Amino acid sequence: MTGILGAALQVVLVAAGAPLLVGLMRQVRARAEGRAGAGVLQPWRDLRKLLRKEPITPHGTGPLFRMAPLVLAGSTLVAAAVIPLVTTRSPLDGAADLFAVTALLALGTVALALAALDTGTAFGGMGASREMVVLALVEPTILLSTFALSVRAGSTNLGAIVTATLDDPQRAVFPASLLALVALVVVVIAEAGRMPVDNPSTHLELTMVHEAMVLEYAGPDLALVEWASAMRLTVLLGLLANLFVPWGITGDSLALLPAGIAAVAAKVAAAGAALAAAEVFMAKLRMFRVPELLAGSFVLALFAVASSFFLVAP
Amino acid sequence: MNHTTYVQLLNASCGAFLLAGVLVLWRRDLAAIVRLFALQGAALALLIAVLGVHEGEAGVVALAAGIGALRTLLLPWLLRRALAGDGTSRETQPLVNVAASLTVAALLGLLCYAVTRPIVRLDPTPATHAVPVALTVVLIGLFVLVTRRRAVSQIVGFLLMDNGITAVAFLTASGVPLVVELGVSLDVLLAVLVLQVLTARMRAAFGDTDLDDLRELRD
Repeated sequence: MTGILGAALQVVLVAAGAPLLVGLMRQVRARAEGRAGAGVLQPWRDLRKLLRKEPITPHGTGPLFRMAPLVLAGSTLVAAAVIPLVTTRSPLDGAADLFAVTALLALGTVALALAALDTGTAFGGMGASREMVVLALVEPTILLSTFALSVRAGSTNLGAIVTATLDDPQRAVFPASLLALVALVVVVIAEAGRMPVDNPSTHLELTMVHEAMVLEYAGPDLALVEWASAMRLTVLLGLLANLFVPWGITGDSLALLPAGIAAVAAKVAAAGAALAAAEVFMAKLRMFRVPELLAGSFVLALFAVASSFFLVAP
Repeated sequence: MNHTTYVQLLNASCGAFLLAGVLVLWRRDLAAIVRLFALQGAALALLIAVLGVHEGEAGVVALAAGIGALRTLLLPWLLRRALAGDGTSRETQPLVNVAASLTVAALLGLLCYAVTRPIVRLDPTPATHAVPVALTVVLIGLFVLVTRRRAVSQIVGFLLMDNGITAVAFLTASGVPLVVELGVSLDVLLAVLVLQVLTARMRAAFGDTDLDDLRELRD
């Protein structure tokens, strides 16, 4: 019972909270730059405005173009239901596997890249190819760094990893965890399309990655894409927070669900605000420097796995 | 200090030690490389202090303080001075590009794990389990030394090797005798001083510290 309720709550929380998180991050950024900012609710207002518009698609695009936003949003919502955010007792626990979640997130990205190719424009193709470069380098690192955590838990189930960290808080400062944390932060930033890898607020063709792919979308479709990418960011930050700082997550108890919601909301908000504050001081990397960054995080993840095998405490 | 805390602290300092070593390969900014080297010195000092406290030897703890002062303050300060007058503050063109050298670092790490397995099997304690980490830093230092072109980053490579060797000595045999350790530290200090003077001379003579440009002898 707790599990079903918890999973439903997670979906609602991510769906409703993701635009607020984006609003919060923009607000933090605006304040740090000395602007007043549009307020935390602005992304929701933007989405409402876009949803009221007439749906139009570019001439010559096929069903793939119409389906991609739905696939992106749908796969992200499933991931939100599956991963341990509020409770570790998800009814979908069997699917809460690291591979399944990574594949779900990759499915959305691939759908969007295919849709960008479907438009046949130069920008769409360029954005899709850049996104695939990033994706190809990010996926192995996500898998490896979560492996490093799963070695200690003896399972690749995300719920089991979180529970194991809760049971033995000292493993949070294990070097494997530290190395995996650094690696995972880098790939989460890359996967969510944030600052050093991609600038989410630019319309300059030299720097666009995600923007170039969604350039042809308008109206409700654009709203869906924007909402889904906000949810991806929320899901990734939530996963990161709960893998390394799992305190406050609910187990079996029904009464503790509100505490779990408050804890995950606070953790994700804090992580988002920290990311936004760091972004103010950062410049976007040139595209050919991105593989270097991701290669670095891959090596850290590899060392994380290696040290979790070799630095065993007898 | 109970056993669990000891193992946690030992492993955490080893993790920081390795992390700093790998990040040296990743950064191009020479000032950042020097900062990372200082960070690694701090991790090494913590590692030695933890070992000393665990074995209850005051001498080793004092040695940790000395090594910490030398490797986090004095040597980075000397390197920064060597860097100060240098116009180019970046490692412009390493012989092996950054992505490839990170991959090589991963392979070197795996090689070390394979090579040190017999040593670990001799006496499996938490300290010997960390020997591969220290050996990886030695090899990464060697790799930095042979693939970087700026004099300062080559010095850092040499010092990374020395950090790694010190760590191996303390992890396997709880250190070398005090006299030897002092001699080695003094040696390293002198080597860096000489290299610093050499760097300054090179810059005065050629206006650059790119060692690959030094093709001919001059009087």
